[in-house]
Amino acid sequence: MTVSISSDDLNRIRADFPVLSTTSSGVPLVYLDNAATTQKPKCVADRLYKFYTEEYGTIHRGVYQLSQQATDFYESSRETVRGFLNARSISEVIFTKGTTEAINLVAHSFGRAFLKAGDEIVISGMEHHANIVPWQQVCEFTGAVLRVVPLQDDGSILMSDFQSLLSDRTKLVSMVHVSNALGTVNPVSEIVKLAHGVGAKVLIDGAQAVSHFQVDVQSLDCDFYVFSSHKLYGPTGVGVLYGKEDLLNRMPPYQTGGDMIESVTFEKTTFAKAPARFEAGTPAIAEVIGFAEAIRYVQTIGFDFIQKQESLLLAYATEQFEKLSGVTIIGTASEKASVLSFAIDGVHPHDIGTVMDDLGIAIRAGHHCAQPVMKRFGVPATARASFAFYNTTEEIDRLVAGVKRCQELLT
Amino acid sequence: MSRLEQLYQDMILEHNKHPRHFEAIENPTHTAFGKNPLCGDEYHLSVEINDNVLSSIGFQGSGCAISKSSASMMTELVLGKTVQEALLIKDAFLTLLMQEGVGADRALLGKLMVFEGVKKYPIRVKCATLIWRALEAALEGVVEISTE
Ligand SMILES: Cc1ncc(COP(=O)(O)O)c(C=O)c1O
Repeated sequence: MTVSISSDDLNRIRADFPVLSTTSSGVPLVYLDNAATTQKPKCVADRLYKFYTEEYGTIHRGVYQLSQQATDFYESSRETVRGFLNARSISEVIFTKGTTEAINLVAHSFGRAFLKAGDEIVISGMEHHANIVPWQQVCEFTGAVLRVVPLQDDGSILMSDFQSLLSDRTKLVSMVHVSNALGTVNPVSEIVKLAHGVGAKVLIDGAQAVSHFQVDVQSLDCDFYVFSSHKLYGPTGVGVLYGKEDLLNRMPPYQTGGDMIESVTFEKTTFAKAPARFEAGTPAIAEVIGFAEAIRYVQTIGFDFIQKQESLLLAYATEQFEKLSGVTIIGTASEKASVLSFAIDGVHPHDIGTVMDDLGIAIRAGHHCAQPVMKRFGVPATARASFAFYNTTEEIDRLVAGVKRCQELLT
Repeated sequence: MSRLEQLYQDMILEHNKHPRHFEAIENPTHTAFGKNPLCGDEYHLSVEINDNVLSSIGFQGSGCAISKSSASMMTELVLGKTVQEALLIKDAFLTLLMQEGVGADRALLGKLMVFEGVKKYPIRVKCATLIWRALEAALEGVVEISTE
């Protein structure tokens, strides 16, 4: 270990997350399922509580003060997200239910309006189902064709493979920034440049990225960027679609109804511009406000600290796992986020999950909504530990002891 | 016994390591494919029925210790039984795990009572019952079942 974090700093941060001092199976909880969803700092829960108990009202409608204030909170949350992503304008930040809805929005709106038979959509072999199935549906609807960049043995993709799939038929590239199943960090800047070179638009699925490092959509130059609040220490039920403004305003609405129109008569409706254009109906007001609180929290911790701590944890865990016999790490790309997928010879991941749970350790066992990845590596499922900045090397020691317990019991 | 030890009893662990009838059979008359999409467990079950008796049975595939040992012990118990007897055992097993065990015919289950500990892990019940659902499907002529 080259860097170390003072345990005082870490303890102070851990105290922000009340759940981290609870017990599970009679011992202190070790929460290592952060790629599925992260725990919430108390400030986020407090913000929701305050809004619901003292400030609650609907937005964009009421003339009364509660509603105006709620509208201000909601819209200033949009500004918080804009700043977080360094988008040019708040009009480029659309609140959705989450990553899944954001991708579906683009698939339904952009996909069905702009793609036609023979056009191609390029994704990678490491996509989450949320970035596969909506495009398959678009292909079925339009006659477009889905092309897939194959995975290397370490869980990365080769830029030469990607480039060879690009042509003037490529209309959209939709690629994950960080793989949830493998941890691989894709070279998205280069992907965007190459895709733009053939005139394709680019969507980046940042569900697993935004909690680990700073993302700047202007310097990335992607056309769409999507992520979920609940994986970024915020509430469930909220996510973001970032899109370039001119593109968004050329896209047809995804859902229609209240809040997204300019005028309605029975003869004709004209639609509002983005973001309202894509936010039909009453949104998750409290959750959006709580989400902004989560972003402010992350900014206070700072990505310097987050990256230092998470790379320390990944390096430590990798080193410990490499010492274990009968254990294989799945996903060994040189650029990785703090995700450790692994297999234990002769032990099914579900049994690993149950034994770990008995030791108070929460990890994921399954296909991680990435069945093509499982198939590529010839496993039905993997066990996955994913680390956040609030995790400790002591918790990794308990994970390693858990692996040994699995081997003792089941092999 | 801890909750974990009740789940992973020695007999279950032993069948997981050395599953019985873990192979294809020669002349299957009834087959089914069972899968649990959530965890990726999947088994092909094949049965040969002669004169209404399960004269041969085998399973292949992959899954967790609970699903595999349940399959292994199922094959041991139903081999040589009539279709009706096998279905009664199946009902007893499903009742044991699904409905708090109330009314399960424990006498029919014998050694299979070791799976009672699975009830303390509700999400693992599907693992234990997967092969039994497949057996039910095979005997009733349904080709593929999924626990979702
Ligand atoms: C890479 C990736 N994309 C998309 C999603 C879907 O996110 P959500 O379920 O929040 O819509 C996830 C969540 O697991 C993910 O990891």
